[in-house]
Amino acid sequence: MVGEHKKGGRVLLYAAVLFVCLSILIPYLWLVISSVSHRVELTSIPLKWIPDSLNLENYRQIAAGSSGINASLKYGLLNSLIIAGVATLFCLFAGSLAAYAFSRLRFRGKNVVFSFILVTQVMPMIVLIIPIYIIMSKIGLLNTIPALIIADCAFILPLVIWLMRSFFESIPRSLEEMACIDGCSRFGTIFRIVMPLSTPGLAASGIFAFIIAWNEFFSALILSSTIKSKTISVIISEYSSKVGVDYVAMAAAGVVASIPPVILALLFQKYIVQGLTAGSVKG
Amino acid sequence: MPNKLVSSDFFERESVLAAILLTPALLIVLGVLIFPMVTSLGLSFTDLKLTKPGSGLFIGFKNYVAALKAPLFWASMLRTTIFGVSTVLTETCLGVAIAMLLNQKFLGRGFVRGLVILPWALPYVVNGIMWKWIFDANYGAFNAALTQLGLIDTYKIWLGNPKAAMVIVICANIWKETPVAVILILAALQSIPAELYEAAAIDGARSIRRFFRITFPLLKPIIITLIIIKTVWALKEFDLIYIITKGGPANGTNMFSYYIYQNTFQFLNFGYGSALAYLLTILTIGLSMLYMKSLKGGLDVEG
Repeated sequence: MVGEHKKGGRVLLYAAVLFVCLSILIPYLWLVISSVSHRVELTSIPLKWIPDSLNLENYRQIAAGSSGINASLKYGLLNSLIIAGVATLFCLFAGSLAAYAFSRLRFRGKNVVFSFILVTQVMPMIVLIIPIYIIMSKIGLLNTIPALIIADCAFILPLVIWLMRSFFESIPRSLEEMACIDGCSRFGTIFRIVMPLSTPGLAASGIFAFIIAWNEFFSALILSSTIKSKTISVIISEYSSKVGVDYVAMAAAGVVASIPPVILALLFQKYIVQGLTAGSVKG
Repeated sequence: MPNKLVSSDFFERESVLAAILLTPALLIVLGVLIFPMVTSLGLSFTDLKLTKPGSGLFIGFKNYVAALKAPLFWASMLRTTIFGVSTVLTETCLGVAIAMLLNQKFLGRGFVRGLVILPWALPYVVNGIMWKWIFDANYGAFNAALTQLGLIDTYKIWLGNPKAAMVIVICANIWKETPVAVILILAALQSIPAELYEAAAIDGARSIRRFFRITFPLLKPIIITLIIIKTVWALKEFDLIYIITKGGPANGTNMFSYYIYQNTFQFLNFGYGSALAYLLTILTIGLSMLYMKSLKGGLDVEG
């Protein structure tokens, strides 16, 4: 009796797990299948779910960056890479230094400044973007990569400070004190002891920040309307609004845009989970 | 905590050092957070409209009054509430259920835990086009599947119906955001000591009772945190609406953030848009504080 009950429970457990996996996979898998299907197959009724042969034409066009609707995607990829990369590096630098100060140093107004930085995480981006748009257009930075990097910092920096501060808290202070007794300066302890020990924390915050910056859409939509600075998300948003959209091209573009964050997330899953758990945040 | 072994000099220069370390971060915070926030507040009291030369004059609270009198404002508020309540509740419940499931021992658990993160990692825009494509009126997989299963006779224009479009946007959000809830709750579940359950098992507590007696009370802080974060996110929801429906059909999915975007960047009514954005900020901060207050009486929240 007991054994049978247990066996039934196992079946139920696996059925539930399978259901969860399928619910996650099927929509995305359909996007991937669509991206390698032929247009005829996707528009036939009844729908042909599995293509007869792979159609890699759109991926080829994206790689070549040569034709039609796919021509701009390559620029978008490059822009996104630069914007997310630079914003992440800068925020890691500025954020970890600030986090160190919040974690280790005593100074006036510390709690006020720190709480303020936390509060900014709930600020709706639209409040900030209106003045940022006006300022950027006044100083001629509209439609440029620096404008988007600066805007990204608005939500990445608080996140990095928050994550790195909790990471520094986990590093024993005695190590620094020992280094200090050995004659190491405070700056020396930061760069020779604390930062090297924090590599996992920096990696976690960096990956997390990069994914969020890569996926960011709203500020990029507002601040860039030319190919010079459009991110991949903005370019893809245009696929879906063009009349007579090419579904295969749209799906291929979507898959390409999702490759960097999805690979990073799956490879560094543990870090992401740490980040989500510690920071409880998104972009 | 200062250590006696450490020379006093080590700590004396702390505020100077703090100032140096904080400078890069504070420059950013001042430049992209504080300055815009103050400017936005100022703009909200003006009639600035980019298409109107000579606008930008101080008009006091007129924008706020106009906003609160606009039927579209309240309609978008109502839709935001429906969207917020349904997504936050569903994501939290699903989050608890899936996290409990993934906390069991089964073959391939590590793989499934990794897979769960996929929807979160997907860019919002990709998530949007994916669902738009699935619900496409002419060639969408949803219509095809329903027809092939014999559930409907003809393809339906799902995104042409305000109510159906709303359900689709809600589902797309749930698919994308549930992983965050799963991960946070799973982390909390793993921190519950096994002895608690063993003790309960000895006492003969059944699984449902165990859940409500042990698991749920211990999850309560993280659930409240989740509800706060998700409510704030729901209020800000823009990307999905922009990609899937552009607020349509017939304003059926025009929620608060999209309404602000329309007024500001489509009608170029920067003064009015700023006032709307500030109303959103006040609402966001107010709701967060309300939750925090309800939290204070309860358990401590970590993270």
